[in-house]
Amino acid sequence: MQAWAEAVHQEFARAGVRLVGYVPDAGHKRLIELCRADKSMRSVVLTTEEEGIGLAAGAWLGGARSVLLMQSSGVGNIVNVLGILKTCRFPLVTVVTMRGEAGEFNSWQVPMGEGTQASFETMGVAVKRASAAGEVASLVAAALRGEQSVAVLISQKVIGIKSFQDQTNQ
Amino acid sequence: MSLHRRDVVRKLLDKRGGLLVVAGLGSTAWDITAAGDHDLSFPTWGAMGQAAMMGLGLALAQPKRRVLVITGDGEMLMGLGALATIGVQKPKNLTIVVIDNERYGETGMQTTHTASGVNLAAVAKACGFKNSRVVTKNVPLRDVVHRTAGPNFLQIKVIAEKLPLVLPPQDGVLLKDRFRRALLGKADRT
Repeated sequence: MQAWAEAVHQEFARAGVRLVGYVPDAGHKRLIELCRADKSMRSVVLTTEEEGIGLAAGAWLGGARSVLLMQSSGVGNIVNVLGILKTCRFPLVTVVTMRGEAGEFNSWQVPMGEGTQASFETMGVAVKRASAAGEVASLVAAALRGEQSVAVLISQKVIGIKSFQDQTNQ
Repeated sequence: MSLHRRDVVRKLLDKRGGLLVVAGLGSTAWDITAAGDHDLSFPTWGAMGQAAMMGLGLALAQPKRRVLVITGDGEMLMGLGALATIGVQKPKNLTIVVIDNERYGETGMQTTHTASGVNLAAVAKACGFKNSRVVTKNVPLRDVVHRTAGPNFLQIKVIAEKLPLVLPPQDGVLLKDRFRRALLGKADRT
C-alpha cells in the first residue's frame, strides 16, 4: 500500500525539503513515517492545518524549503491564512489526500471534499490532481521546482480506503 | 498594571543585534515599527493566529539565530494550538512575547478572554514551554530574549491605551524579500 509515498519522499529529499508540517492522516501514513524517519527533515505535527501555513511562511523567511501534508477536510481550516501566500508571494507545496470522492464511506466528509479544489483556487493556490498512483511523485517534483503555491490532490481511489475498517488497518 | 506597551517593546528590541522578529497583526506590528522599522522584522497585517507558528518555522529554519515573536493577546488566543505544537518541538531559540492589554485594540477595545482570567503563560507552561511567566512590572527581559534556552513565553500585562498608529510597510512582498535578503544574503536561495 501507498507505494507512491516512497517516490514522493524521494522527491522531498531531492528538493532539499527541511521541514514537513502535517496533520495525521491515514492516507498519508506511510509518507509521514518516511519523513519522520529521515534525519535530514524536521517533521512537525500540527494541531490544525492552519498552523502549517504559518510554519511554511516562517520557514521560507528563514530560507528553508517546507511541505505541508493534510487531508482534504483540513483545507477549509486554512482558507483565510492562505491569503498570506498571495500578499507576500510565499511559495507553498501541499500534498492533500482526498476524501468525499467516489467510494467515500462517511457522508460528513463529502461537502469539504467537493469544495477542496474551489477553496484552493479561490485563494490563488494552483491545483494539480493525481488520479493514479504513478502521477503523484512527478506532480510533487514539479511543484517543488517552482516557487509557486501548489496543492497536489491525491484522488481517493489512489488512497484506496473504502471503509472504517480499511482506515483502521492502514 | 503600570506598563506601557511601546516602552516594553522598545526595551525588548533595544540593541537587537541579529535578532529575528515576527509581529502579530495590529497593535504589536505598530509597536515594533514605533521602536524602529528593521529589515529583520516581519510585521504581519493579516493571517491572524499564525504569528507564533511563523516564529516556529523561522526558529527551526535558523537554529543558530534567536527568534522573537511579539504578538497580542487576541492574536495568540486565535492560535492557541500553536503553543502545543511549539511545546512539542521545543526550539531553544524561540521566545514568544504576548503584549496583553486584555483588549481587541483594532476593533473597538472589546475585552479578550485574558480580561476574564485566562492565563496564557499557564497554558504555555502546560504545553511544555521551558520558561513561561506573567510579567507585570518593569524587569530586565534581555536575557530571556537573547540567551535563555527556550522555548520561552512572556505574557506582559500592559495598560489598555489607544496610541498613534505607526505603520510598517504594507507591501507583503517587500516585507518578505527584505527579510530574506538581510538574513540570507543576495543569492536569496534556500
